[in-house]
Amino acid sequence: MITQMLFSRHEKKTVWAVCLILLAAILVPLANLLIPEGSVFHVPGYLVPLLGKYLCYALLALALDLVWGYCGILSLGHGAFFALGGYAMGMYLMRQIGDRGVYANPLLPDFMVFLNWSELPWYWHGFNHFAFAALMVLLVPGLLAFVFGWFAFRSRVTGVYLSIITQAMTYALLLAFFRNEMGFGGNNGLTDFKEILGFNVQAGGTRAALFAATAIALALALVLSSAIVRSKYGKVLVGVRDAESRTRFLGYRVENMKLFIFTVSAMMAGVAGALYVPQVGIINPGEFAPANSIEVVIWTAVGGRGTLIGPIIGAILVNFGKSIFTAAFPEFWLFALGALFVATTLFLPKGVVGTVQQFLSRRKEQKQADAAEKIYQDKAAARAESRLATLEPQAAE
Amino acid sequence: MYRAIQTFLVALCLLISCLATGLRAEENIRPLVDALGAPAFPQKIEAVKALAASGDPKVGDILKNLSDGKLYAPKTGGAVYLEGSADGTYLDVLTGAAVSDAPGNLAKIRLNNGLRGAIGTALSQLTLLSPDRSARLAASQNLLKDANPDNLALLNSALTEEKDAEIKSTMEAARAVILLKTEANAEAKKAAIGTIAARGNRDALTILTAAMANAPDDLKPVIQTHVNAIERSLAVWDIAQNVWYGLSLGSVLLLAAIGLAITFGVMGIINMAHGEMVMLGAYTTYVVQQTIAAVAPGMADFSLAFAVPAAFLFTGLVGVGIERSVIRWLYGRPLETLLATWGISLILQQAIRTIFGPTNRQVDNPSWMSGAFEIGGLAITYNRMWIIVFSLGVFVALLLLLKRSKFGLQMRAVTQNRRMASSMGIRTPWVDALTFGLGSGIAGMAGVALSQIDNVSPNLGQNYIIDSFMVVVFGGVGNLWGTLVGALTLGIANKFLEPYAGAVLGKILILIFIILFIQRRPRGLFALKGRAVEQ
Repeated sequence: MITQMLFSRHEKKTVWAVCLILLAAILVPLANLLIPEGSVFHVPGYLVPLLGKYLCYALLALALDLVWGYCGILSLGHGAFFALGGYAMGMYLMRQIGDRGVYANPLLPDFMVFLNWSELPWYWHGFNHFAFAALMVLLVPGLLAFVFGWFAFRSRVTGVYLSIITQAMTYALLLAFFRNEMGFGGNNGLTDFKEILGFNVQAGGTRAALFAATAIALALALVLSSAIVRSKYGKVLVGVRDAESRTRFLGYRVENMKLFIFTVSAMMAGVAGALYVPQVGIINPGEFAPANSIEVVIWTAVGGRGTLIGPIIGAILVNFGKSIFTAAFPEFWLFALGALFVATTLFLPKGVVGTVQQFLSRRKEQKQADAAEKIYQDKAAARAESRLATLEPQAAE
Repeated sequence: MYRAIQTFLVALCLLISCLATGLRAEENIRPLVDALGAPAFPQKIEAVKALAASGDPKVGDILKNLSDGKLYAPKTGGAVYLEGSADGTYLDVLTGAAVSDAPGNLAKIRLNNGLRGAIGTALSQLTLLSPDRSARLAASQNLLKDANPDNLALLNSALTEEKDAEIKSTMEAARAVILLKTEANAEAKKAAIGTIAARGNRDALTILTAAMANAPDDLKPVIQTHVNAIERSLAVWDIAQNVWYGLSLGSVLLLAAIGLAITFGVMGIINMAHGEMVMLGAYTTYVVQQTIAAVAPGMADFSLAFAVPAAFLFTGLVGVGIERSVIRWLYGRPLETLLATWGISLILQQAIRTIFGPTNRQVDNPSWMSGAFEIGGLAITYNRMWIIVFSLGVFVALLLLLKRSKFGLQMRAVTQNRRMASSMGIRTPWVDALTFGLGSGIAGMAGVALSQIDNVSPNLGQNYIIDSFMVVVFGGVGNLWGTLVGALTLGIANKFLEPYAGAVLGKILILIFIILFIQRRPRGLFALKGRAVEQ
């Protein structure tokens, strides 16, 4: 049934987007590894992790779109799920360093040796296995979202109140992860990774593979999201967004529906974080900063919430702009970002994709209306003619 | 007594004459200085004592020079000179001027242990007997910290002459500490313990616990009861101090949150740029202070009196501008408003960073806001105290504005039922703009207050925005009393958690508490009831 759900008919644009992403997953690594440097089609080595980073952000924005665009939950704490997934992956990568750290301790990461810790904290056990770490990438953000959502949705915390407490959640985690006693490297976070699954993290081949993995993850997430929002459940979810009380009175368990989508979305964000860390090479508490989470919201808004493809486009567009801007005019990036927030909410509430969709559907409607009008007029003309035809003999009489 | 009056009068005369003409004072003590050149040590010791008794402010330097071996005199006695920077040159001891006609048979004035002891005693005595109150206080506090039995006699003599209550009690405590160390009889020691315990502060506790270790057995229970009593009273004072810190933090939170409570309560707007309004207020203070320093330096102490209205007006105008240009298009869409105001906050931050630079700006405390005073075991700094007064003042003024003025009436009407208010002829857009301006203006005034205790940097607002939200959400929307209770509760709770959990963990615990609290009471402590709730 799940397969049927996943492969049931998707919108045409979703299919196109998935194909495009999968194409990128193949072409970018090939263009980086096989095409010789100097060729126009060669993708330079520095660009691969950068593009991979954009795709991670796109996955994060897609996750946010599920809850915000389709369920009306504006989460200002999605950066927390992203960062938790990243930390789970970072812990695996730290354990892979083994005795190649500065202090050459086979068991403890460098920062623990530095803090004079003698043994590994209990929550670090198991992270030397990739499978366990991968499971935690899904479970930790998912569990946090489940517990948080369980309380929040059950007591019907909605709207801006929910936004504010999600922000408080990520802020609390930010403060917590800054503490050295937490055992996550404090201020510096986790970095200096050596290898993943036995491959050197810095090597070109690994980076290309990571990019491909990210693109495939994004494509899968897109298929999954599309399947969710096109199912019956997805339709009810939109009902929750637009008229929560009415949906509740119709007999749906609104809190359970919200809880499900919130948890799924958090897990997606966690995966995005986990793919982000090996490509960027560091994870630190800064990822929990409330400002980061709000930035994700603006990617989604720019692309168009409630469109699935929009957030992906938005995240890539805004981050591409950020890369260019911060290199060329570092002073003005915040002006531009701020203006983007204001302009999007004022002039482009549906985002790029939403606006284009609206325009297209209007044109389609117009065409249909024109066609209908034409048919009507033709008919009217024919009727008039026939009436004339029936009248004429009378006139002749 | 006679001696005390004599010393006092001499000191007074010397002081006056010093002020009148330095010259005469010099001549008065010059014979005493020259006596230092006497050939025999007993004479020198007498001379040191006489000099010390003169109370002249220069005596300290002279005695120091003497003990450093910088003074010269003929071997047979006579005028004394200070060694110059080059060999064979001499300076006048009193004026420090170069002397050209110094006699050729000068030799260094020699010291022995007796003379050194006399100099040391004289130096301490000088400060203990100094006419300057703060010097005496410092000297007595030094003695208390470093209780040396050698100083007992000196302390006794100083005690008989001391009139200032605070210094006297410090000296008595020092004497008691010394007595505990000497072989005095049990009764004297008991009295001494009582004297120390009467001070009742942390130092007394340390002294007593130290004394406990080598006290005779019969004294131990006495010390123990005193230690217990002090610990009890210290615990009470600790609580009082925490409450005070909490009130201080709470008043800051109140100032930062109250404007937010208004905009959120009346207009349903989450203003993410609120923290930047606080920051603008702080920068306004900086600009006003710089302007006053440039135009009228004499008014520097009153710059805050100009900064408060200036910050209120400036940030209020910025607020009205934001409302008219952006927010009014977004009514009824609170989540979009949140994003747009976040964008505005980024722009404002970067604008300030571009204009004033990313580093902290120096905003000075006026003299009446610096310093501290003590009530019992409670240390109260003036700036914190004034900020509490200020925030309560703002709160009361706002309450009056809302309850007693026409504008307040209209604002409450719009809060309770926007459409009905509009039907009654209230221009709701106008009320909205002014309300937003008012909220921003109050944030600006909060910035003035914060500039006195925090770094004035472009990130100032960011540090307070989440806390302010917590206060508003916790206290409940649409009710100023809720904001007051929320701010003070969170402030005090924070400060009580800090000693046990540490500053950061305390804050995290508070955040978790609020997140859980919202689950129980989604509309805060003082929730609005009735139709206004469901919008």
